[in-house]
Amino acid sequence: MSDLRELYQDVILEHSKAPRNYRELQKANHKAEGYNPLCGDHFTIYLDLEGDKIQDVTFQGSGCAISKASASMMTQSVKGKSKEEAEKMFARFHELVTGHESGDREALGKLAVFAGVSEFPVRVKCATLAWHTLQAALEGKQDKITTE
Amino acid sequence: MNPAANTVTSDLQSPITAGIAAYDVEKVRRDFPILHQKVHGHPLVYFDNAATSQKPRSVIDAISRYYERGNANIHRGVHYLSEHATSEHEAARRTVQAFVNAADKRQIIFVRSATEGINLVAQTYGRAHIGAGDEVLITAMEHHSNIVPWQILCDEKRATLRVLPVNERGELRLEELPRLLSDRTKIVAVTHVSNALGTVNPVRQIVEMAHAHGVPVIVDGAQAAPHVKIDVQELDVDFYVFSGHKMYGPTGIGVLYGKQALLEAMPPYQGGGDMIRSVTFEKTLYNDLPYKFEAGTPDIAGAIGLGAAVHYIEHLGIDNIAAHEHDLLLYGTEALTSIPGVRIIGTAGQKAAVISFTVEGIHPHDIGTILDREGIAVRTGHHCAQPVMQFFHVPATARASLGLYNTRQEIDRLVEGIEKVKEVFA
Repeated sequence: MSDLRELYQDVILEHSKAPRNYRELQKANHKAEGYNPLCGDHFTIYLDLEGDKIQDVTFQGSGCAISKASASMMTQSVKGKSKEEAEKMFARFHELVTGHESGDREALGKLAVFAGVSEFPVRVKCATLAWHTLQAALEGKQDKITTE
Repeated sequence: MNPAANTVTSDLQSPITAGIAAYDVEKVRRDFPILHQKVHGHPLVYFDNAATSQKPRSVIDAISRYYERGNANIHRGVHYLSEHATSEHEAARRTVQAFVNAADKRQIIFVRSATEGINLVAQTYGRAHIGAGDEVLITAMEHHSNIVPWQILCDEKRATLRVLPVNERGELRLEELPRLLSDRTKIVAVTHVSNALGTVNPVRQIVEMAHAHGVPVIVDGAQAAPHVKIDVQELDVDFYVFSGHKMYGPTGIGVLYGKQALLEAMPPYQGGGDMIRSVTFEKTLYNDLPYKFEAGTPDIAGAIGLGAAVHYIEHLGIDNIAAHEHDLLLYGTEALTSIPGVRIIGTAGQKAAVISFTVEGIHPHDIGTILDREGIAVRTGHHCAQPVMQFFHVPATARASLGLYNTRQEIDRLVEGIEKVKEVFA
């Protein structure tokens, strides 16, 4: 049960039940859809990008607790950040959930609660779906992103 | 909660009790080496039989024995081993012939999987008989393997794919069938047992209705073969496909049965060795059935393993297996229905032992992860039947699909596991 508790931390469960920034963004100038065909998780990320800065970011969609909480906490973490900072954060987050942490966890702030995912390799895609989708939105790709 | 879920147990046919007493599940379990292990510290509960079943010792031994003592290519050597391998391969064909009660062993074509069997029919019979404006009729509960091959064909031929709908219990709406069958319909493709819902379809009735319009029927029996008696002559099906690995045999082997006249008239599927009688650069003469459709060196060990799986099923008795599984289905349906928040998807009156379910407010993927940590293997996702998920307005389900070695105690473990899921998410 302990590694399950590591995975399903209270913060994660709380975000999955009451996701933040869960709405369509009227002002969005970038948008991308992410899809995990294996489990049907499906999210849309809306971005208000001014120059290099993420002014606002929201999401909508459906998925498991991990993917939804990850999307919710991601929007909180990258809001106000530059494109480059967001990319860097994703790189760190990816290292964290795949168990290849190199840098310090502090830099991830609240996102460190996803460390438990590394014990569940099949769930890495759930944790990173929103991030991959954000990346696509930042790059202005319009195609649907899939985890496959 | 789905109102239908409350009534499901009374809708199911009462269990066939004859045979259950004689069915010693603990003894059966000893035949499956893989079952006796712990997963995440708990004894394994394997409830993913609709994805693939485990293999009894006799199947594993038949394959090992072939590679240790009998391996050679078939149909070409004059030497002892080749002759022996050929005769074993053909013996497996006769075993399968008897298993589905085909009139002739030439009607049993070994393929890679049920999927390949459907593609074979679509690409040979289908391409020869379906043209612009024609229609292929499938159903709303098909596995992707009985949708996509027909879509590919329809795209190529500018034909139309029609879909027989299901009702909210997950049964085919047969009353719609007469409206959907017309002069334009060239083939009906239907699953015998739904992998996502467990529904057992009235194949005999569908075949009768289709034949009244002169339309042939191909049946996907991948989920039926391990659970119900198949009699292709009694069903009067034109084509029937199934795979080995879902019926306690190995992966990589499947079967296509076809009516002889249809198979004879069909062009070949793949060209190569074994499927020819003579080859010159001007003209090639094709081999007789079934070899015309068996180009290249086949999965010889797979066919022998499948033969051993059929013998295993026959040794237990398909009726005994069905009775045992039906008892588990009733027990499991009642147990899961009694858990608040659990909704069973697929509540047909005629069901195989598949229990697809959701837990309110909890995504199936999370259910699957937590059950896995309890040693319980279930499938979560869309089960390669996305249209079924769309019909029931769920992104996915968790699915416990039961087999001949599962027990009531294992269902109790599942119930405890679901309670744990709810505890984590409480």
